[in-house]
Amino acid sequence: MDLESLTRTSGEWLKATGPDSDIVMSSRIRLARNLADFSFPSRADDRARAEIEELLRRQIAKNPAGRKLNYISVSSLDTIDRQMLVERQLISREHSETHGQRGVGISDEENVSVMINEEDHLRIQVLRSGFALDDCWLEIDAIDDAIEADRTYAFNDRLGYLTACPTNCGTGIRVSVLMHLPALVHTKEIQKVFQALQKINLAVRGLYGEGSQAMGDFYQISNQVTLGKSEEHLIRTIQDVVPNIVSYERRVRQALVSENRRGLHDQVSRAYGILKTARTISSEETMDLLSSVRLGINLGLIDDLEIPTINELFIHTQPAHLQKIRHEKLETMERNVARADYIRQRLSERN
Amino acid sequence: MKCGRCSKPAVLHITEVRQKEVQALHLCEGCAKEYLSHSQASKADAAIDSDSESEASLLEELDQKLCPNCGISFKEFRAQGRLGCPHDYVVFEDELLPLLENIHGETTHAGKIPKRSPQASQLQFQLIKLRNELRTSVEEERYEDAARIRDSIRHIEETRSKAESGRTSNDPD
Ligand SMILES: [Zn+2]
Ligand SMILES: [Zn+2]
Repeated sequence: MDLESLTRTSGEWLKATGPDSDIVMSSRIRLARNLADFSFPSRADDRARAEIEELLRRQIAKNPAGRKLNYISVSSLDTIDRQMLVERQLISREHSETHGQRGVGISDEENVSVMINEEDHLRIQVLRSGFALDDCWLEIDAIDDAIEADRTYAFNDRLGYLTACPTNCGTGIRVSVLMHLPALVHTKEIQKVFQALQKINLAVRGLYGEGSQAMGDFYQISNQVTLGKSEEHLIRTIQDVVPNIVSYERRVRQALVSENRRGLHDQVSRAYGILKTARTISSEETMDLLSSVRLGINLGLIDDLEIPTINELFIHTQPAHLQKIRHEKLETMERNVARADYIRQRLSERN
Repeated sequence: MKCGRCSKPAVLHITEVRQKEVQALHLCEGCAKEYLSHSQASKADAAIDSDSESEASLLEELDQKLCPNCGISFKEFRAQGRLGCPHDYVVFEDELLPLLENIHGETTHAGKIPKRSPQASQLQFQLIKLRNELRTSVEEERYEDAARIRDSIRHIEETRSKAESGRTSNDPD
């Protein structure tokens, strides 16, 4: 896989082709798995890590469940390239920053990624555009089966799949949905959503951000419990709650339009105007404005721009992507200029 | 994983139960010290309890228990929040079950089961130790030991492949 060409493309999951993709940006399932005959990565020495990588790299090369995966040795990439894979959600921050032999297998469409030697020996991830958890599960279950046909996983009758951190043991599954909720954030109704989700043991996190303030009004909803419930049950819990949040967001959007259509139209148009003309812009401001424009497109207030372009801009305006596009290392101030240039260029291509 | 109070890397991972609310805390070194000094103070209040001393020494003893395969102690696990190898779930079962109950509310797996038997998986845990020993013996040029260890590894691997071929012939799938 040619990392240089990634700056000109985007993952299939950003194409806004899936169900409810105006509000549900993407669905994702990941499975944590370990080989039974090795220590977990953090306790494996360099030689053991290299052996684990080699064994699992061979599994990836066999195209599990018919999935062609391109292998990248993450330990031999430089920092910018690793960071770019994080920005594209193909590897985790932990996988980028840890040490020792490790790698990832990525499908051409970027909707499957298999990390080797992350916190666990294997972290399999499947991504889809929109609200499509059933598709994610069918695919990840098949990939998991294909790898398990050749390797013995660490598993015990009582505790299920055994993982480096006890918070993942049992099913090793993390089911998550990334939602764009600008209207609920704007009206502060989002707090009610948080409380309701907390009661049923679901976690809410902002996109990229670690704090409670989400960047660009994106929130990721995921399960916390992994032991004692079946995969289907854990998936269904999220499938039951997401449609309620989708219709809540839609209702509040309609209310905002009927209360003050002109004000809202003005706000999204100004956001669009700044993005089309700014000469220097921070990452935070970009996220905020892109969020407004995304809302504007979905409400029909902006009609000369498409959702996939905006989705892609959320990724391509991140620091590592900008530096790859420019082929040079850029400090914050220089990045703000490069970001504004890039956005102006992308938005003028459209007209 | 990052600290839940600031954004430095988390080094301490604790699961707390307060008024039935389960809370997972991930703290960096600085915040962990502050947190522990507070909880230490409240423990001191409770320490009027007479057998607190024997409890403390019991805790100390548990902390010293080692996994024979990867060598991790329970104390190390508590410090870093990560286990050393799959066998730790067997070695530290008594200590881990209450923790798992706190985190998940349950302690019995109810999901997918691999097609391979869990017994085969368990047998393989021994390979972790044997592989480590093999590496050390080669490094230290103890070739007779290395040969003996290699035989044991081969034996376990053969047992596994026999179990597998048995499975395949019974199971047309
Ligand atoms: Zn901290
Ligand atoms: Zn161990």
